Amino acid sequence: MSKRNRKVAAIVTVAAAAVFAGPAHAQEEIRLGSIATLEGPFASGGQDGHRGITLALEEVNYEINGKKIVWTAESSNAQADVALARARKLIEQDQVDIIVGPLSGAEGIALRDYSRTLTGKTIVNGSSAASDTTLRDPSPNFFRFSTEGAQWMAGLGNYVFQEMGVEHVAVIANDYAFPYAQVFGFMVDYCRAGGKVTKLWSPLGTTDYSSVITRIPRDAGALLVIKGGTDALAFLTQYAQTGGELPIIGGSIMADQTLMSARGPHQRLMEGMISAGPIADIHDDPMWQEWVERYRERFPDGLQSPSIHGFNYYTNTKAILLALQEVGGDLSDNQQKFQQALANLEFKNPMGATVKLDENRQAISDIFFTRIVKTDDGLRTESFGRADGVDQRLGLSPEEFEKLGSPSRDNPSCPPVS
Amino acid sequence: MTGMIRSWPLALTAAVIAVLVILPLLLPNFWIANILGRSIAYGIIALSLTFLATYGGFVSLAQTMIAGVAGYTIAILAPTAIPAGAGWSYGLAIPFAILMATLAGLIVGAIAVRTRGIYLLMITLALAVGFSLFVQSNVELFNGYEGIRNVVGPDVFGMPFRTPLVFYYVSLATAVLLYLGVMYLVRTPFGLVLQALRDNSRRAAALGYNTALHRIAAFGAAGFIAGCGGVLTCFYNIGISPGSVGMGATVNILIMSVIGGLGHPIGAFIGALIFTLIDTFAASIYDRDRFNTLIGLLFLVIVLASPDGVLGIGKKLAGLFRRKERSAEAAPVSPAQASPAQSEH
Amino acid sequence: MTFEMFVTVMMNGLTLGALYFIVASGFSLIFGLMRTVNMAHGTLYLIGAYLGYSVYDLTENWYYAIAAGMTAAAVFGAIMQVTLLGWMQGQELRQALVTIGLSIIVADQLLAHYGGLSLQFFPPDALFGATAFPIIERYPTFRLFQIGAAVAVGVALWLILNRTKLGLMIRAGVDDREMLAAMGVRVSLVAVVVFALGAALAGLGGVIGGSAQPFSQGTDVRFLLTSLVVVIVGGMGSIGGTAIGAIIVGMAEQWGQALFPTYSVIVTFVIMAAVLAVRPQGIMGRPS
Repeated sequence: MSKRNRKVAAIVTVAAAAVFAGPAHAQEEIRLGSIATLEGPFASGGQDGHRGITLALEEVNYEINGKKIVWTAESSNAQADVALARARKLIEQDQVDIIVGPLSGAEGIALRDYSRTLTGKTIVNGSSAASDTTLRDPSPNFFRFSTEGAQWMAGLGNYVFQEMGVEHVAVIANDYAFPYAQVFGFMVDYCRAGGKVTKLWSPLGTTDYSSVITRIPRDAGALLVIKGGTDALAFLTQYAQTGGELPIIGGSIMADQTLMSARGPHQRLMEGMISAGPIADIHDDPMWQEWVERYRERFPDGLQSPSIHGFNYYTNTKAILLALQEVGGDLSDNQQKFQQALANLEFKNPMGATVKLDENRQAISDIFFTRIVKTDDGLRTESFGRADGVDQRLGLSPEEFEKLGSPSRDNPSCPPVS
Repeated sequence: MTGMIRSWPLALTAAVIAVLVILPLLLPNFWIANILGRSIAYGIIALSLTFLATYGGFVSLAQTMIAGVAGYTIAILAPTAIPAGAGWSYGLAIPFAILMATLAGLIVGAIAVRTRGIYLLMITLALAVGFSLFVQSNVELFNGYEGIRNVVGPDVFGMPFRTPLVFYYVSLATAVLLYLGVMYLVRTPFGLVLQALRDNSRRAAALGYNTALHRIAAFGAAGFIAGCGGVLTCFYNIGISPGSVGMGATVNILIMSVIGGLGHPIGAFIGALIFTLIDTFAASIYDRDRFNTLIGLLFLVIVLASPDGVLGIGKKLAGLFRRKERSAEAAPVSPAQASPAQSEH
Repeated sequence: MTFEMFVTVMMNGLTLGALYFIVASGFSLIFGLMRTVNMAHGTLYLIGAYLGYSVYDLTENWYYAIAAGMTAAAVFGAIMQVTLLGWMQGQELRQALVTIGLSIIVADQLLAHYGGLSLQFFPPDALFGATAFPIIERYPTFRLFQIGAAVAVGVALWLILNRTKLGLMIRAGVDDREMLAAMGVRVSLVAVVVFALGAALAGLGGVIGGSAQPFSQGTDVRFLLTSLVVVIVGGMGSIGGTAIGAIIVGMAEQWGQALFPTYSVIVTFVIMAAVLAVRPQGIMGRPS
């Protein structure tokens, strides 16, 4: 209800500003635009992203240093072209100062390129997690305070080899950039520790995995499954159906609501599943508990526990607000002071992890190892370890990292010798 | 059919073009580039569909894919692309991309030429989806799911292509040339045979015209048109990804053509403009979350109430005022009303 | 490739083909009589799956879900035919466009009501797990059940078409609609029944398919395309052709995944293009 009112208010003020005020508006109010996926299969992620933005804005009561923050929300459908069209509308028609968004990888890269063409505007990532968005050809106007796919898996390879004692892992992943990055993050450590990896790629959108399952090597000690939503549910159900028993290591988007809330045989495989990523449902940091409490109170119809998208949108919006506070809401001079404040920001995200940026404006932060446990409310992820201050080069020097090459279907590689 | 062309006299065309040329002086940048410019660029792709439907009786869902062939070609060759490709100059890459689209059009035509009507719709849809799945799974050439980004386009008179006025005028000039080209083409012997084939292919074949060749050539011409649109939309989107050629994009072009009207080439641009307006402002006038319901309903109402799209509605309204002078001139038959395939085979 | 793997992949292709047959047979049936290309066929699949799921959620009974899914799809299909498609009979393209419009709207409404998360049915225990199977030791029971269901659908369709008065009318209608009408048969009523039957098969496919693999937004497009390719390959309007097409497509997908996973998605389309080049009317289709 209030959201709609705000929207209406925003439209009216924007229309008025366009006619009368011109660019002078920056002095009286700060315009924030958002792009999240509210259409199509990823809609539930986008809805949670909106909750994250709402929480952050309500903390400052939509106001910085006496200047009102006007929020204009736009929605995409996880397609790059659509995200770009929405961003153009926000910047050029609604004349927002800052955009928070988008949600998915290809959209993020499209907006990064768009942000490069802008002056005096800033785009802060929503929840997109493609490595290349900040790793290669970064844009000076694109900031990301959330960690990305490769970072999320940092340290997990060591854990699997040393603590779990698994020497051969079969990777079950979809054949595109995000899983490449996640597999890369896992394998950098795992191969170095001495582990062997067999990769079984399948095209995006595959729902019948029976032929993949038949190709799992007999001597594999665990499966690394980098999938989310429909694909993950399909694979795990079919694997359970064939009587599969191997322990599952999950990608960072695997333990989502689809899998946790759906009843079914995959739950047997899910319990005890190890994973890594920026959040865990159960985490004993008081900051996290307070934040989750607040989330539940504010959104009784929301998810049982905030999703990775809610968390990322919150963290990125929070960063915008902190930087705005630091400069007193001053966006003059092509936002130079504001962007400087963003670049130098150091704060704690709701998980209690310190966030700061590297020279490409990409977050350096902590990654958590998680395990799926059964609670009274069903399955939940619980943190049991962390990798501190993971940067985009996974702790390697620029030269060492460069030598690894970019993540792809075949890189890195440490196949078993047969 | 020629009667209909005469009913759109040259003076009106010239007047509309003049207005479009002057319009940027009155509108803010956003409207120039992202409403009008975008409508024109996508309208060109829709034009290729409308051209085939109006004069050939083919409703091809492969036109977005063919535009995508041009878009991907230019993206692979463009100098600034990420990931970097061949690095040709735009002067070479643009004609080559349009050539590739024309070839793709000819190939689709060759595949589709043996079937018509409703089969064509199914086959071209399957081809289009097959293509989008292919570019999504090929990383080496098409960079898979993330596509090829940062295709900024050439500088025109020292100004970057993304400058609203540059993008607008280049798109407008292209569209006007293609539109006039289509209007000319359909009056050439080739165009007349094409229409004869649409109306009664057996009779035309009996007169000694090569049915298959004419049809394939029509697809080639449509491929050329779609290719021009594909290059423009690739620059507009600063790159291309599988979503640009997927099922959604394919259906969007169909929606534009149908809403505008399949009875006359200008319908493509009218439909594109209506679609763009709804797409851009749905969030402000209506709940953005239910955009698809809105556009779907509009589409359905148009198909049910006026198979000739808003163009048909406009004509009917105009007809009400001129009912007296208009007598028995046969109304053009749009492919959505009649089904040539059924009557012949 | 071991012999065990060969058998497994063959079985996977066959069982997937069985599912495709159930879905595509309805598409083919509707086309056969009415020349209507129902671009909302995938939507009917999704309607069956979602509404079946609502019942399943309430009753926890999978068989009720089957009944509910089939009924829901049949009712929706009948309504489509009565209110929209019936009176534009013969205008194939317009019908196809109407069904495209419908599918856009229904998909969006399903998203509004059921959300974007994927759902999946879990069949009763009797059908779950694995069964002893020669050479490969064990094979998932539900996939074997898919073959049984497909055979049952095929036999039932054959009986209806060849042993009932309705079937007689349908077959007559396929050959000469006008003549059938002239003989006093209410073709429009037959059309509604056939449409409901075809839609019910899509709904049945929705629940069975939704038990084999999850469904969500986008599943409708996938199954529409599969149905299109199956009938293009097998031949429009022929139940036997649909069976052959379904097995070919199922095999192509599974063998593609086993042999060259990266490009497995396009194998199907290459096959389609090849069939069109050699035999435009499809393998079992009658030349037009």
